[in-house]
Amino acid sequence: MIARRGEGRVALLFLLPAGFGFVLFYAWPALQTFYLSFTDYSLLATPNWVGAQNYADAMSDRKFWNALLVTGEYVLINISVQTVVALLIAVLMHRLTKSSVVRGALLLPYLIANVVVALVWYTMLDAQLGIVNAMLTWVGIDPVAFFGETSTAIPTIALVNVWRHMGYTALLIFAGLQAIPTSVYEAAAIDGASEARVFRTITMPLLRPVLAMVLVLTVIGSFQIFDTVAVTTKGGPVDATRVIYFYIYEKAFQQFDFGYAAALCVVLFLILVGVALAQLKLLRAGSSDLD
Amino acid sequence: MTLARNGKPLWWQRIRWQKVLGWVVLGLLVLITLFPFYWMLRISLSDNRALAANAGSMLPADFTLGAFERVLGLSSLDEARKQGGSGASIDFWRYLWNSVLTSAVITAGQVLFSAMAAYAFARLRWRGREAVFFVFLTALMIPPIFTALPNFVLMRDLNLLNTYAAIILPFFFMTPFAVFFMRQFMLGISREVEEAARIDGAGHPRIFFRIILPMSRAPLMTLTLLAYITAWNEYFWPLLVGQGENVRVLTVALGVFRSQTPQGSPDWAGLMAATLLAALPVIALFVAFGRRIVDSIQFSGIK
Repeated sequence: MIARRGEGRVALLFLLPAGFGFVLFYAWPALQTFYLSFTDYSLLATPNWVGAQNYADAMSDRKFWNALLVTGEYVLINISVQTVVALLIAVLMHRLTKSSVVRGALLLPYLIANVVVALVWYTMLDAQLGIVNAMLTWVGIDPVAFFGETSTAIPTIALVNVWRHMGYTALLIFAGLQAIPTSVYEAAAIDGASEARVFRTITMPLLRPVLAMVLVLTVIGSFQIFDTVAVTTKGGPVDATRVIYFYIYEKAFQQFDFGYAAALCVVLFLILVGVALAQLKLLRAGSSDLD
Repeated sequence: MTLARNGKPLWWQRIRWQKVLGWVVLGLLVLITLFPFYWMLRISLSDNRALAANAGSMLPADFTLGAFERVLGLSSLDEARKQGGSGASIDFWRYLWNSVLTSAVITAGQVLFSAMAAYAFARLRWRGREAVFFVFLTALMIPPIFTALPNFVLMRDLNLLNTYAAIILPFFFMTPFAVFFMRQFMLGISREVEEAARIDGAGHPRIFFRIILPMSRAPLMTLTLLAYITAWNEYFWPLLVGQGENVRVLTVALGVFRSQTPQGSPDWAGLMAATLLAALPVIALFVAFGRRIVDSIQFSGIK
């Protein structure tokens, strides 16, 4: 590309508002969080440099490890169920219908606020009045306090968010499926291959790059679970749903331990980068069997 | 009816059972997707006291519009209590206005400024363009909580906590996604139209506003929809800086409303009525522009 005379100055002008927002609300705060993580900043007094103390504290903070564990459990349930269901939906749509009504219906939950989704399911899963428990009773199962038991709270929140995201994820996978040439499928049909075989030998290998990208996106998003916890369980019962995002929120905005919260932010960020890199490597995202 | 050799009608044999099974599964999944929306409506049209006895009924228990009247402030506190409301107040019109206002301002700024930035990245040639764009894109990787702490401090230092400005500012100038989305589209516009205008002596502002923006009407519309819905649904940031009654947006208000309901007897009907009303604008946008939103999400996901 050859720079054209004078266009640099014009570009600067066009970038001015967005650049201002970028520097003020993204770049500068990001650097500040790094800096604050090495201080004892408490919102009330000026920060003092404490070196790596916050990180050392985190290593011996049982609540922090618990938060990581709980987040891990959430991500595992959320992503595994969501990916399988979304893949199922995408393949079904691919083989059966291109209807935008079906696609639209499946996407609707994704457009609704997390808070709304959380409250609807909170109502539907209530131990006394919830429709889900009414159905369970009907088939002879004792009512479950979904949000109220340490063993069920995280799986419940994970599945609620599967409900919100499965259509969205399915759409991304569906778009990937449509990029596979139909000739491959026609050839398989002539050979009389079964649906299961087509799925195993054609769809999955050719879909891998798209699936890798979708997985990286959804896993990273999934680590940032907050809204659902904040309006339903608030970290409880006991510490069962105190996910990392909610723990950081409490440390920062309820205990005003900003320096420590900043350190946890950095740790979370490093985990996300690590997870993304590991996923891309594992799934060999760059290469498709189509090439 | 033509019968085949084994005695069953032909149409029966022609059905592909794999397809039928596929449709049944897909139908079930769509049902699971849509059912909670119906359930919101069903609970919100019920009477709280009647709900307990009719937990499993598919129709509203003791049909009443009381919950909506309660939420919209059309009934007195006494009436509300009688209907099983907790007496917890939700100043719905206020919160609705706050949501409408902040989302509209965020959307207007974000779309305009992101389109301008996209023009610089897609249509202008300058040194360091790719590097600067890459830096912009890295912001997509940063979790919101990472920047939220210093941004909160900034708002406090500027004395902006519990103002509209605090809720609006971080999203007003850009989001990395918006810049990326508009750039993708603008890269595809042919150079010829632009060259012709340039020969006629048009400057860059003129080319941007009179040629590029009108040609980008479709993606601009899509981005506007997505930006508005995202701003409308935002919970985390307004929770941090906009708890105050006078600037509280609907998502935050719903969280507060839910915490106010005492553990014993929540005002389920009121809660669902408020929730439904909060979701209604998005549902309306979706009914009007569903296809565009679906297409854009497929586009943005894969490109």
